[in-house]
Amino acid sequence: MLARRIIPCLDVKDGRVVKGINFVGLRDAGDPVECAARYSEGGADEICFLDITASHDERRTLFELVERTARAIAVPLTVGGGVRERRDVHDLLHAGADKVSTNSGAVANPSFVAEASRAYGSQAIVVAIDAKRVSAPGEPTRFSVFTHGGRRDTGLDAIEWAKRVVDLGAGEILLTSMDRDGTRDGYDIELTRAVVDAVSVPVIASGGVGNEAHIRDGFLLAGADAALAASIFHDGQHTVAEVKHYLLAAGVRVRPPEESDGPGPEGAAS
Amino acid sequence: MSATQRQVTIANLGLGNLHSVVQSFVRLGVTATITADPDELRRAERLVFPGQGAFRECAEVLSGEVGPALRDFIATGRPYLGICLGMQALFDTSEESEGQGLGVFPGRVVRFASDMHDEATGERLKVPHMGWNQVQTTHPMLEPDGWYYFVHSYYVVPDDPGLVAATSLYGTRFCAAVARDNVFACQFHPEKSHHAGARLLERFLAQ
Repeated sequence: MLARRIIPCLDVKDGRVVKGINFVGLRDAGDPVECAARYSEGGADEICFLDITASHDERRTLFELVERTARAIAVPLTVGGGVRERRDVHDLLHAGADKVSTNSGAVANPSFVAEASRAYGSQAIVVAIDAKRVSAPGEPTRFSVFTHGGRRDTGLDAIEWAKRVVDLGAGEILLTSMDRDGTRDGYDIELTRAVVDAVSVPVIASGGVGNEAHIRDGFLLAGADAALAASIFHDGQHTVAEVKHYLLAAGVRVRPPEESDGPGPEGAAS
Repeated sequence: MSATQRQVTIANLGLGNLHSVVQSFVRLGVTATITADPDELRRAERLVFPGQGAFRECAEVLSGEVGPALRDFIATGRPYLGICLGMQALFDTSEESEGQGLGVFPGRVVRFASDMHDEATGERLKVPHMGWNQVQTTHPMLEPDGWYYFVHSYYVVPDDPGLVAATSLYGTRFCAAVARDNVFACQFHPEKSHHAGARLLERFLAQ
């Protein structure tokens, strides 16, 4: 049967992997191609790049980077950040991305999701949703969709928005909890479960992973199809192989790391 | 013969992106010839037919000069590798749309049911079947219980069960690979299947 997927995520700025909490105090965490190759060797099921480059002029750097990464790895590559029109999807797919993720672009123009999925297939179109709890204590739980790196509240209900983009043709939802992102407190299980139950496409849980047990909970409690994590891998706290061995022991169906997929350089710090 | 001396031709029929298939061979030290020219396809030493997308477009392309060229190539007995839509194209028809495949093997292409559930967890299974799954096989091109990357909503049902080289489980047991003589074809994507996929391509090059 189908395995749950582990997806290391690389935040890319001006062609480099950066890390920082809530986009503050960004630090250089290395060359994206090298990081992607290392994670894929370690047993990552897929790699995700989120481009946080501010300037449009520097987008060329991203395309060149996607090309080099796609040459280096033999697992699927998802790329997001600044994707707003069909041309962006075309350029990224032609640079070697397997899937393209859009967030603000979908909110600004929902028909773009339909147009892109018709042109390139639903399987290539991921809609990223940044959701934040907006209900007061005691009120029924409500999550709102935020854009622009979490700065702008769209007023859209996250669950309804997820259903809508799937109806429009999104092939997958990348769901980030703004409340949990950077906290290392674990995924927002309630949010993730609500979206998993509401839509008919795979849901990637994101935001808040601090240890292996959080990933297990994302799968077993929230029912996520895939788990996205960044800092636990970048910090050398865990290798992908270690996480997978932990999940296998916990009864989660994942693709086991190959013998030759040992810890490698990413295990150096652990 | 070393890998660098081997020749591989990739059929470029405009059915999806060839980028990753080409790169997979580059990583194995082989520079592929990419062509849509019927004569070049016929002359290939070893032919790969990758494809993603709609059966209708595929059938349209095959109804032109490319279809007979591919059938001629297969008749030469030289190694043929079909990937995803390039596997489905070997059969007659598809539930997805009208149009004829190559008809190299009798059989049809059907869609996963929309109401499938995981036997163990009871969870509703999503279509497309997308991600890593294990195959059950004894075929020498593959590894028993090997993991490969799939993205598809349709799968082939050969009339002759003897064609099935591997199966996988997703709500139902479906055909993940077929093989006969010089023809091998898989529903999954070796070019996205990391080391297991690279080993399959190595074996194809060694034929």
